[in-house]
Amino acid sequence: MSNQRIVTGAHYGIGSWLLQRLTAIVIALYTLVLFLSVLLLPEFNYGNWANLFANSFMKVATLLGGAALLYHAWVGVRDIFMDYIKPTGIRLGLQAATVLLLAGYGCWLVIILWKL
Amino acid sequence: MAGLTAKRPVYRNIHVTQILGYRLPVAGIVSILHRISGALLFLAGLPLVLWLFQESLISELGFDRFLAVVAHPAVKLVLLAMAWAFCHHLVAGIRYLLLDNHVGLEREAAANSAKLVIVVSLALTLALAGALFGIY
Repeated sequence: MSNQRIVTGAHYGIGSWLLQRLTAIVIALYTLVLFLSVLLLPEFNYGNWANLFANSFMKVATLLGGAALLYHAWVGVRDIFMDYIKPTGIRLGLQAATVLLLAGYGCWLVIILWKL
Repeated sequence: MAGLTAKRPVYRNIHVTQILGYRLPVAGIVSILHRISGALLFLAGLPLVLWLFQESLISELGFDRFLAVVAHPAVKLVLLAMAWAFCHHLVAGIRYLLLDNHVGLEREAAANSAKLVIVVSLALTLALAGALFGIY
């Protein structure tokens, strides 16, 4: 069947599928780093906590973990919309709102980390 | 002729009201809980954690406000729900990564790992609940 027409879409699904798994690993690793960092604090108070996030490595790690989380959430929420929301207009509206919300969360995280 | 054709069953999409009538296998329960926990983390977990994170870092006063908010019993219950959602999502996610790599695909192994996911995520939630409610 070499001359059979193949209808497969734009192949972006496999990219989302793979990135969802890669971001999952990044989130799990960041969780481990954060958990151990907090456990290793001599005491959980403002000074030690703020000091932990004053570190540039921790700032960047948190931003990368956060970016992975936001992309991971986008793929997951889009999957839910594709499964349950059938009217195209409503689905598109919800997806647009989700993208804006997640992008806003990303900006908020930058503001928190760098105290803008 | 009409009398000779047997009545064939008609299969349609499951309606929302029929969901509870279906008995899901344990892997199916883990699967739908993975979705529900993910949705919960997106809807409530993300904004809550970002807000608490902001308060905790913004200043010493903010940190005290953060401690006061987290000490509230109602907030603790919400945090407990988020802790379960996170633990379930993480542990079930590890199972899916293993399944993706063809580890434990056999029917019995998959059912056992699904049960293990429920047990481990509940145990982790319990451990976090201990910290949350100041048992240790």
